Amino acid sequence: MKLELKGITKSFGALVANDHIDLVVESGEIHSLLGENGAGKSTLMNVLYGLYEPTFGEILIDDQPVKFSGPADAMAAGIGMVHQHFMLVPVFTVAENVALGGESTTFGGILNLNDTRAKVREVSARFGFNVDPDALVEDLPVGVQQRVEIIKALVREAKILILDEPTAVLTPQETDELMEIMRQLKANGTSIVFISHKLREVKAISDTITVIRRGKVVGSAEPGTSTTELASLMVGRAVNLTLDKAAATPGDLTFKVSNLTVMSDAGQRLLDDISFSVADGEILAVAGVQGNGQTELTEAVLGLHKHISGSIMLDGNELVGRSVRQVLDAGVGFVPEDRQDDGLVGEFSIAENLVLDLYTKEPYSRWGSMNRAVIGKNAEEKVAEFDVRTQSAQDAADTLSGGNQQKVVLARELSRPLKLFIASQPTRGVDVGSIEFLHKRIVAERDAGTPVIIVSTELDEILELGDRIAVLFAGKLMGIVPGKSSRELLGLMMAGLPANEAQAQLDGNAATMEGERS
Amino acid sequence: MSQQIETAKTPSPPAKESEGTHLVREIMSGNAVISVLAVVVALVIGGILIAVTDPRVSAASGYFFADPMATLSAIWSSISEAYGALWRGATYDPTARTWQGQLGIFETLTFATPLIFSGLAVTLAFRAGLFNIGAQGQIILGATFAGAVGFGMHLPPVVHLLVVILAGALGGAIWGGIAGFLKAKTGAHEVIVTIMLNYIAISLVLYLLKNQLKDPNSSNPISPQMDANALFPLLLGPNFRVHAGLILAILAVIGVAWLLNRSTLGFEYRAIGANPKAARTAGMLVSRGYITVMLISGALAGLAGVAQIAGTEKSLDSEIAGSIGFDAITVALLGRSKPWGTFFAALLFGAFKAGGTSMAVNADVSIDIVAVVQSLIVLFIAAPPLIRSIFRIKESRREGVSA
Repeated sequence: MKLELKGITKSFGALVANDHIDLVVESGEIHSLLGENGAGKSTLMNVLYGLYEPTFGEILIDDQPVKFSGPADAMAAGIGMVHQHFMLVPVFTVAENVALGGESTTFGGILNLNDTRAKVREVSARFGFNVDPDALVEDLPVGVQQRVEIIKALVREAKILILDEPTAVLTPQETDELMEIMRQLKANGTSIVFISHKLREVKAISDTITVIRRGKVVGSAEPGTSTTELASLMVGRAVNLTLDKAAATPGDLTFKVSNLTVMSDAGQRLLDDISFSVADGEILAVAGVQGNGQTELTEAVLGLHKHISGSIMLDGNELVGRSVRQVLDAGVGFVPEDRQDDGLVGEFSIAENLVLDLYTKEPYSRWGSMNRAVIGKNAEEKVAEFDVRTQSAQDAADTLSGGNQQKVVLARELSRPLKLFIASQPTRGVDVGSIEFLHKRIVAERDAGTPVIIVSTELDEILELGDRIAVLFAGKLMGIVPGKSSRELLGLMMAGLPANEAQAQLDGNAATMEGERS
Repeated sequence: MSQQIETAKTPSPPAKESEGTHLVREIMSGNAVISVLAVVVALVIGGILIAVTDPRVSAASGYFFADPMATLSAIWSSISEAYGALWRGATYDPTARTWQGQLGIFETLTFATPLIFSGLAVTLAFRAGLFNIGAQGQIILGATFAGAVGFGMHLPPVVHLLVVILAGALGGAIWGGIAGFLKAKTGAHEVIVTIMLNYIAISLVLYLLKNQLKDPNSSNPISPQMDANALFPLLLGPNFRVHAGLILAILAVIGVAWLLNRSTLGFEYRAIGANPKAARTAGMLVSRGYITVMLISGALAGLAGVAQIAGTEKSLDSEIAGSIGFDAITVALLGRSKPWGTFFAALLFGAFKAGGTSMAVNADVSIDIVAVVQSLIVLFIAAPPLIRSIFRIKESRREGVSA
């Protein structure tokens, strides 16, 4: 099935989110839509899916103009969409979710799920999804939930599948699995519109790439186009993708974690006997697949965990057993993993968010009374310094794009003298232009002599920032390796091999290859 | 369809909250225009009800086609008489027989006083993310504590009143604090707990009125009269009921406005209310916030109890709280959980109460119409999309169009 968008324009009041966009998706093609956050990709797809009515322009399927007045029309025409935030009912089973909206019933309106179960099994078997139709969605990992969304579309016989930022929520492994699924779907004749701002993924999977900036198509590219070229097309200016980072000049080891063990409320070991230390002026990057104890490690330092043993020493002071307030006061800057959930109060203004953990300090407040003038002035300065793109510092934080929200969090945490800086997923869901900026600020903090811990599931980021790299697996430390270690080594460690065994295995492989060659 | 677009326009939900919480938040944080329009629409519908139930209108409509003007003028006079009487009763009525009766505005202020306190109680808790349905119970406890020291002790002037005020605030604070404590320590939902505490409060006061607090000279479950020193001084002499509690209420509005908007404590409450996880990560003690905000909220509701017993009722009975605790929720809703909004909403409800009687007497319209109008206000505020579609107001788009 061939899909064509002709001159699609969608405006919201004065704002033109899509400006005369032309796009052709051929049958059995993986077509990537590349653009920064806020470029208008999702708006375009919502037009295509019948959620928005275009202001101008038309949609053609197999050269026939069609008009959608809602998602039901789009689905009937063979378009399926997997939203960035899944549209699943967590307490329903897979089969119930798939049936939702197209339930078949027997006499008396009794729900008949057997057909759906069979269909789920069939699709699941055909593409090797490995999804149990009777599993509860809330029990499934995110990657599998995404497959349920894909199954939903396939059961409704979608010929064109729109994937809106599907990898934003996935671990590197899950991303690889998703790409495999996409290739299979393509082989089966399904067209895929893949929306992303991650250059590597787009290059790896696409047949055609269309780049959108500020609501306009600014060009299309072959997958062979260089990453730098794609990035500058997307951002609209030359982007430096490799970070200029001087070698670290580590000072004293001021941050020491010894024998740290964290238990869950249910008595499960989340972190198991972790010991490491970080020196002044050094970045320790913590790698690992999501959910292997990284979150718990950062939260334990901040004092968010109850069942904790071992010791966390900062500058000679014990942090274990202190409240979050006391830890922050001890000089810890903390960027949480999920800025919307933990880092910001969405309905507060940017100015208020910039003092979210400083509001008790002078000059922001005195005698329990906030000083609005000082807070406002602080906001003006930080917005300028961190290049937060906003109309006014009094705007609510949730009006900002992800990258700008992250700048606000970073601006707040870096705006006081620190003895330790911890950032979890500092650039998750952030556009390329902002990543560059955020990385520079983190390195600048290191160069100012602060010990820095960066937790990331993105190997690129780990390799770019880390002076040393620690790898966590199932709550255990697999070892700490130098910053310039190979991806293969890190991959093996992330899969659960201690550093020396992983190295030995790599050396062994190299030796056998040598042996075979001679 | 339009609704669908509105929701689809939000690319990333700002905070993961339940549908119910989100709805309540939308209701409580809408703009003042919606509030005003809700009142207008409620009054219009109330007017229709007044007209159709008026026998003069039905009589005139019998010969509608012969003389349509007669029906229309009957409708007009029916509605204008009723609302005119309501308005005059609540403000100034030159036709009243006594000059005290002419100045209904002071009755409005008297009725508004406890509503201001209890409305603030609901407003404050709501801003910290807690839905305090328990103002009723907190008022009863406040009145009980205030009464116990008001007729149980005999102290010099000023001192006695201060003790009464503090006791009332303490009583309400205890009752609110229980809900806050249970929420913070066990996660018990404050809505359930405060509703249950309402029942306990009413049973408790009945028990005390039959035993410890009973007036020995009366056969009814009613307490002795408050000491004269324990009463709020009347502001305009013995001819009007309006008392110094009103001044305290206005001070409370100013205090809560400062607390919420200017103080570090209020900053904490608002952060906890909007995103408790981010508040915790920023070093705020969320559970302590829940406890202290419910203590303050309960104390405010307790002051409403003081306004009742030391202002207008002068002795304790089981009806001391009337429906104030429940009206308080509506007042806070109408006031958009803002301190001054709550103040003006309380004045409006005070006016309904003061004017309702005048409407019943002078225009022969059932006082129930006031209750109907009040309920309609709640209905329209609780359904902002309804008001928006009636008046074709666009939903304010806080999210820019991103993604």
